[in-house]
Amino acid sequence: MKVGVVTFPGSLDDADARRAVRHAGHEAVALWHGDHDLKGVDAILLPGGFSYGDYLRCGAIARFAPVMTEVVDAAKGGMPVLGICNGFQILCESHLLPGALIRNDHRKFGCLDQKLVIESNRTAWTNQYEVGQEITIVLKNGEGSFVADEMTLDMLEAEGQVVARYVGNPNGSQRAIAGISNAAGNVVGLMPHPEHAIEDLVGPGTDGLGFFTSLGALTV
Amino acid sequence: MARVVVDVMPKPEILDPQGKAVLGALPRLGFVGVADVRQGKRFELEIDGELTDERLAEVNEMAEKLLSNPVIEDFKVSVVA
Repeated sequence: MKVGVVTFPGSLDDADARRAVRHAGHEAVALWHGDHDLKGVDAILLPGGFSYGDYLRCGAIARFAPVMTEVVDAAKGGMPVLGICNGFQILCESHLLPGALIRNDHRKFGCLDQKLVIESNRTAWTNQYEVGQEITIVLKNGEGSFVADEMTLDMLEAEGQVVARYVGNPNGSQRAIAGISNAAGNVVGLMPHPEHAIEDLVGPGTDGLGFFTSLGALTV
Repeated sequence: MARVVVDVMPKPEILDPQGKAVLGALPRLGFVGVADVRQGKRFELEIDGELTDERLAEVNEMAEKLLSNPVIEDFKVSVVA
C-alpha cells in the first residue's frame, strides 16, 4: 500500500515512520502540511513531534494545516489513518477521535520502554495482534494523559474502541488508555511509538511492527 | 477598535498539573495559606471597527473553535474597551 506520512513544522518522527512503513513492505510517501494533496495514498500516518511548537495546545494549530482538510475527508471516507503521539493529539483536536491529551500527571517528560496490552484488533492498524497480547514499545511524551468525560469513556469501552491500554499507568491517562479508534476502526490514535520498535538493533524489540503490517491485511 | 478578552480555564474536573506545580512552589518561597491554584490562558483580541453583536458572536466562535478545546477547557468572553 502507499502510505502517506505528513510532515508538519516541528514533526520529529516522520522519517522513522516512513522507515517503519517501508520495513513492513509498504511504499512510504512524504506528504507536506502546506499542500492540499494526498498524492494518491491508501493510508495516512500523522507522526510524533511538536507540530507548530505545541503552541496554544498540542495539535491545535496543526489541525488547521491545509493538508488536514484532505486528511479529515479521507478519514471520514474510511481511509486508514494512524496518529502517533502528536498525531494522536492532532486527531483529537480535529474531532476525528474523542477526548483530549493533557500534561502528564507527574509533570515530567517520560521516555521509556512501555508495556501495553492490545485491547482491540478490529482496527486497520492492529489486526495482526491478538486481543490481550502484551507488547513493549517506546513511550515519550510530556502531554500524554488521555482524558474524556465518563460518558465518552464508557462508550469507548462498550464499543470496543479502546485499542491499547498501559500496563501500569505512566502518565495519569484515564482508565490507563494508551490508544483508541473511531467507531469504524479506520482511525487510530496511539500515544506510544510503534515506529521506534521495529528492529532489535535500535529499539526495545519488534513489537511495534504489527501496526504497519496490519495495513491492508484486513478490510475493516 | 475594541478590546475583547477571552479567558480559558481547564474544566474543574480536569487535572491541572501546571497549577499543581505552581501550588507546590509557593510554600517553598515562603507563601503559605494557598489552598489551590488553577492555571489558564488569557487572550486579548483587538477587534477592528465597531464591536457589533455579530462580531462578538464571531469572537465566541473563535474561542470555541480555536482558543479553547471544549473537551478540557471552559472559556469566558468579556469586552473590556
